Amino acid sequence: MTLFKRLALAASAAALVLAAGAASAQEMMKLKIGTEGAYPPFNNLTADGKLEGFDIDIANALCAEMKAECEFVAQDWDGIIPALRAKKFDAIIASMSITEERKEKVDFTGKYYNTPPAIAVKKDSTIAGITPADMKGKVIGAQGSTIHFNYLEATYKESEIKGYPTAQEYQLDLANGRVDAVNDDISVINGWLATPEGACCKLLGTVTPDPKIHGEGAGIAVRKGETALVEKFNAAIAAIRANGKYDEIAKKYFDYDVWGG
Amino acid sequence: MSTLANEIVDRPPDLARPWTRTRIVGAVLVGFWALVILGLAWWLIAAWNPDLFDKYAPKYLSGLWVTIKLVTLSIVFGAALSVPVAAARMSKNPLFAWPAYAYVYFFRGTPLLAQTFLVYYGLGEFSAELDAVGLWSFFRDAWVCGLFAFTLNTAAYQAEILKGAIESVPRGQWEAASAVGLSRTQTMWKIILPQALIVALRPYGNEIILMIKGSAIVAIITVYDLMGETRRAYSRSFDFQTYIWAALIYLSIVEALRHIWDAFERRITRHLKR
Amino acid sequence: MQSAWSLLSFGPAGWGDEILAGVGVTLALALATLPVGLTIGFFVAMAKQAEEPSIRLAGNIYTTIFRGLPELLTLFIVFFGAQIGIQQLVGLFGVHRVIEVNAFVSGMIALGVVFSSYASEVFLSAFRAIPKGQYEGGYAIGLSYAKTMRFVVLPQLIRIALPGLANLWLILLKDTALVSAVGLSDILRQTGIAARVTKHAFLFFGVACLVYLVLAILSSIAIGRISDWAHKSQAAR
Repeated sequence: MTLFKRLALAASAAALVLAAGAASAQEMMKLKIGTEGAYPPFNNLTADGKLEGFDIDIANALCAEMKAECEFVAQDWDGIIPALRAKKFDAIIASMSITEERKEKVDFTGKYYNTPPAIAVKKDSTIAGITPADMKGKVIGAQGSTIHFNYLEATYKESEIKGYPTAQEYQLDLANGRVDAVNDDISVINGWLATPEGACCKLLGTVTPDPKIHGEGAGIAVRKGETALVEKFNAAIAAIRANGKYDEIAKKYFDYDVWGG
Repeated sequence: MSTLANEIVDRPPDLARPWTRTRIVGAVLVGFWALVILGLAWWLIAAWNPDLFDKYAPKYLSGLWVTIKLVTLSIVFGAALSVPVAAARMSKNPLFAWPAYAYVYFFRGTPLLAQTFLVYYGLGEFSAELDAVGLWSFFRDAWVCGLFAFTLNTAAYQAEILKGAIESVPRGQWEAASAVGLSRTQTMWKIILPQALIVALRPYGNEIILMIKGSAIVAIITVYDLMGETRRAYSRSFDFQTYIWAALIYLSIVEALRHIWDAFERRITRHLKR
Repeated sequence: MQSAWSLLSFGPAGWGDEILAGVGVTLALALATLPVGLTIGFFVAMAKQAEEPSIRLAGNIYTTIFRGLPELLTLFIVFFGAQIGIQQLVGLFGVHRVIEVNAFVSGMIALGVVFSSYASEVFLSAFRAIPKGQYEGGYAIGLSYAKTMRFVVLPQLIRIALPGLANLWLILLKDTALVSAVGLSDILRQTGIAARVTKHAFLFFGVACLVYLVLAILSSIAIGRISDWAHKSQAAR
């Protein structure tokens, strides 16, 4: 836990790029990457204030592939698209699902992973299943402004839906019993259930993705009209898929296929 | 009559109002505000989107209702709680005076947002213990947590207002009342409080306005008040007018309340006008 | 399970140094806002007591708007709106550069305008407490308006306005907590992160309250000193 988180962050990102050592400084493209930093195992802050996770490793691999010098900017989730549009950074690599609603505001690359959503409850919960009838009158939590929140609002008309600023807060409230169930990506739910804090709770079931709401997996968002950047990212994603770098990173975090069908 | 007067009395010519430097500055400043307000109005008309309105107007209304309920209840409960606190604050017994002082100092010295987090997430940590004493069903609800934190907060401010007002009544009033044989309770209710409340009227009005504005922070603990609905609407639509509409609603409520309160105060203090 | 002391310790395992950094950010924000708020507040107060009605109107519109909006809403409007607004504005003049309005600057602007609209009221009542004879005395000995303001009115004004301004400082210190909602790593955000990560919410938010309380007490002591100093100069007259 060093004092100057941002500095350390920038330094470590720069160091990584330098270690990649692919190109001389002149041809380096400079990119600012926006991420959230509260969504383990994809992106979160470590105890000493550094960003880590699948998204961060993928971002670094992509930047190395594109010979770009990348700097991470941590930004709260519900302001992340406005911040991109306001040019606080150039791309969002934060497990953002590619949906029609978001495509109206930003452009997306192809997916870089796709895993289904899931619902978790407390271990002693009496909720039998994940149908709207099972959830009638219950309180369900999710991170606000996410596909999961939108899905809950659209599906569970007779339940109370609560939106939290970050995933960690609904986890706290499920453990406390303020909400009866939570909905998020299965990798996030499983990652949390494996920690001591997640010992309170269990997986209830996976949600069959609704393409209209859940979209086509997580992609990288850039400002509308920046087609050249989208192409570069797409090429880099294809390259790290081909050269084994992607699998190497995925294996570090997951024991199943996160690329998805 | 009046025509006659007009014929006889020559009206003095209107005073010339030259364009002095201050008048030009004033005109520029007012012009600036007029531009801002007109620009905003023009933008809101240009950006008017019936779909957006149909989708979010009912939500804004329900959010507004949540805000009004929250503020009204916390002001009322806070007023009730402020009476014993103020009494303890004025007590000569340090056993009462000190805890009351600490209470008031704590709630006035720390941010309302931190207090709300302490109640919502802090007490959430003790859900099992609170459940054992039957209090968890109370603190489980985010809205109730907000109400609880706001009540404690405003009670501290209202206790200070009450104390200041009571102490502003001159000692002679107490002495005169006891001279005519009134008991202390009678003196308090019939002599002191009516005078004190007139002094307290303005600070009470300010406190209500502060609570309306402060209540916006419950949006951060998952309550969908007016601010919460605004954030939700913005995060779905990314349309900045969602915030402008909320600003207009808050501004009208606060302004309306201020004018009503002023009228109310003028009416109550009629007898003091000379 | 870690003990409270180790959670609050400095170094890699504890959150003490993070919270201390948060205290730094909170203080920096409050101290950076203060001169902005005081300056704007002073000029708005001068506008509100001007003889020219249009200047008074302009001043009153300012205070009506910024005292009527919730501070949190003002902050969001500045944070999300200012950058887009400024960019479009300079775009009109053909400048296409990225102008960054970060959380700190947003907080400074938002808290500054709120502070100044309240401060203008304090200055205004202080202005009214200074008798007209003071200005006339200044003019009588041949001082200009600016010099009368600076040497005669301002020293008295500060003394009269001090208690009101001290109160506003304490409010400002508390209002800085709102910037945690737009991502600035102040006391409340740092303790909030610690609470989420360690799941010791009561401990960390309790610590946050205590830190604010300590800042308030220290401020009160400092304000007491300043007020003593201000009144000493009065006695020496």
